[in-house]
Amino acid sequence: MKTGKNFPVLYWVVVAVTLALGAVGFYWRLSAGHRMANYGELIVWGLWVATYIFFVGISAGSFVIAALVYVFDIERFRPIAPLALLVSLITLPVGLLNIWVDLGHMERFYELYVRPSLVSIMSVEVWLYTAFLIVLVAIIWLEFFRKAASEEEQRSGRLAVRVLSAIGLVLVILFEGAGGALYGVAAARPAWHGGLFPLLFILSAMVVGTALLAGIYAFFSSERGTERHRQVMVDLGKLMLGLVVMEVLFTFSEYSIAFYGSVPSEIEPLKVILTGPFWYVFWIGQVGLGMVLPIVLLVWSRTREEPLWIGVAGLGVVIATFAMRLNIVIPALALPELEGLINATPSPRITTSYVPSSMEWFVAIGTVGLALALFAIGYSLLPVEPQQEKEVSHG
Amino acid sequence: MPYVPVVSEMENALVRMQEDLKRALEKLPSERRWVMVIDLTKCVACDACTVSCKAEKKTPPGVNYTVVIKEEVGTYPNVREVYLPRPCMQCDNPPCVDVCPVNATWKNEEGIVVIDYDVCIGCRYCMTACPYGARSFDFGEWYTEETPMIAPYETAPTFEYGEERVRRNRRSPIGNVRKCNFCIERLHEGLLPACINDCLGRARYFGDLNDPDSLVSELLRERYSFRLKEDLGTEPKVFYLS
Repeated sequence: MKTGKNFPVLYWVVVAVTLALGAVGFYWRLSAGHRMANYGELIVWGLWVATYIFFVGISAGSFVIAALVYVFDIERFRPIAPLALLVSLITLPVGLLNIWVDLGHMERFYELYVRPSLVSIMSVEVWLYTAFLIVLVAIIWLEFFRKAASEEEQRSGRLAVRVLSAIGLVLVILFEGAGGALYGVAAARPAWHGGLFPLLFILSAMVVGTALLAGIYAFFSSERGTERHRQVMVDLGKLMLGLVVMEVLFTFSEYSIAFYGSVPSEIEPLKVILTGPFWYVFWIGQVGLGMVLPIVLLVWSRTREEPLWIGVAGLGVVIATFAMRLNIVIPALALPELEGLINATPSPRITTSYVPSSMEWFVAIGTVGLALALFAIGYSLLPVEPQQEKEVSHG
Repeated sequence: MPYVPVVSEMENALVRMQEDLKRALEKLPSERRWVMVIDLTKCVACDACTVSCKAEKKTPPGVNYTVVIKEEVGTYPNVREVYLPRPCMQCDNPPCVDVCPVNATWKNEEGIVVIDYDVCIGCRYCMTACPYGARSFDFGEWYTEETPMIAPYETAPTFEYGEERVRRNRRSPIGNVRKCNFCIERLHEGLLPACINDCLGRARYFGDLNDPDSLVSELLRERYSFRLKEDLGTEPKVFYLS
């Protein structure tokens, strides 16, 4: 069985365990509402929001790789374009699942469609996600399922994919930019407020999308060992290196400017990130796994052409991006809007410290499990692998 | 010695504000400009405002429409405490409104920022946008939850926005973002906001700034006042006298 070959038993064990945890977390969420959550009145967003922007970033970033092929004819990435579409299709809904459980009234999500505010970035984002999902499903249908009867039909199909991919590319840039703007416009949160976030979000989506595809292609592709596989991996590695270096520059720019200004409300959240109780999220996660490790592996001549090491670099960057998402959402909220506010009427909910509760962890882990399960199913059902593509076109 | 108008006779201030309120209610809603004035020189941080608000709105733990921030300034032996009561500022340019994805919160024609509990999806984006920490999320908790019975004062209905609501079974306002609304439902019945009525030191005043004869207009004319975070341009309608 194809699935067995690509996905060992251990993979399915991980899927089963994470899904089981997710089921428990989801049950708790539905039965107890938000009472079992550890975010509060000050740190109002937590693990679920970070997980949501993490997954949505992957969706956008991997779609960019597909668009490089379908819109700009960058042939070197063609072998992974179908894989990129599959990853994009899975991670967006899974990301949205995280933000759905985060709502105080999950049953009212339809209000976002019925009475959206056109000046709210959040509702604009939801509409962009929806439009993108429709476009993405159309592309996947054309790429994977439509059987062209004639050459003319094949040509028109390719043109449709090209046009839809171009639209999709615009949509992912818009929704990732909006994703950053959602934080950037918050003038009340000096650590968020500014023009860098939309760009940072677009960039880090491309970083994580490329990195995850490199990780998946390195470890799951049945083409492993072939020259073509190695070449695709080397190219992905080069792209990833360039993007990671840009992310280093962005991060340096963000932090150095804030520290040079020495405005307490701007640097306090950064100090929390750098030296607070969760310092390792930045130093080991973002810097170690997301900058040092990939740069070393992708520059060093003994590893930069080895698919497995490029894949390791990719997985490091994926974990680092998750760390970055946590650091974007949480520390900026840990600074009370007014000094002394947290002691005014003491409550466990009004605090500057936040560690996700088991319910939050279980739900977030469950959504990772769901993504893994959907990926394995999609990988075996859809002609993601190039040779399977051939089978389909001949069949 | 700060200028103190009729306030030397405490009852008169309340009576006068009631009369101001009555006059304001005779005008069109859009012609009223409700403001709160808080005299920091008279606040003793007794938290009567916090408690009266709790009693009026039956707010659960963590949900505080008005609080008194207490801070120690200086080092021993030159220490003093400063107090800052903080209700919702009812900003003229409220940053919390535009961010709402479903138009569940808006500045009404009287200038009060209100929330429609039946529309709010509980995303809490408005809480991140408020520069004053004036919004709270109702997690569905109770003060008496680990006792044999949830105390009746917690399950009694509130009449926020003139609607009778009982907190139960995760129905709104549980799962919603909540905030001070200047007791708009009381105003429309000719009553002053609960915190104004119950302020022990008569440090809080309320009225229509569009009425030059109102007590709040007089105080703001005669006394030095400031607002919180003026640099943000939010134009709060809570003024502090110092």
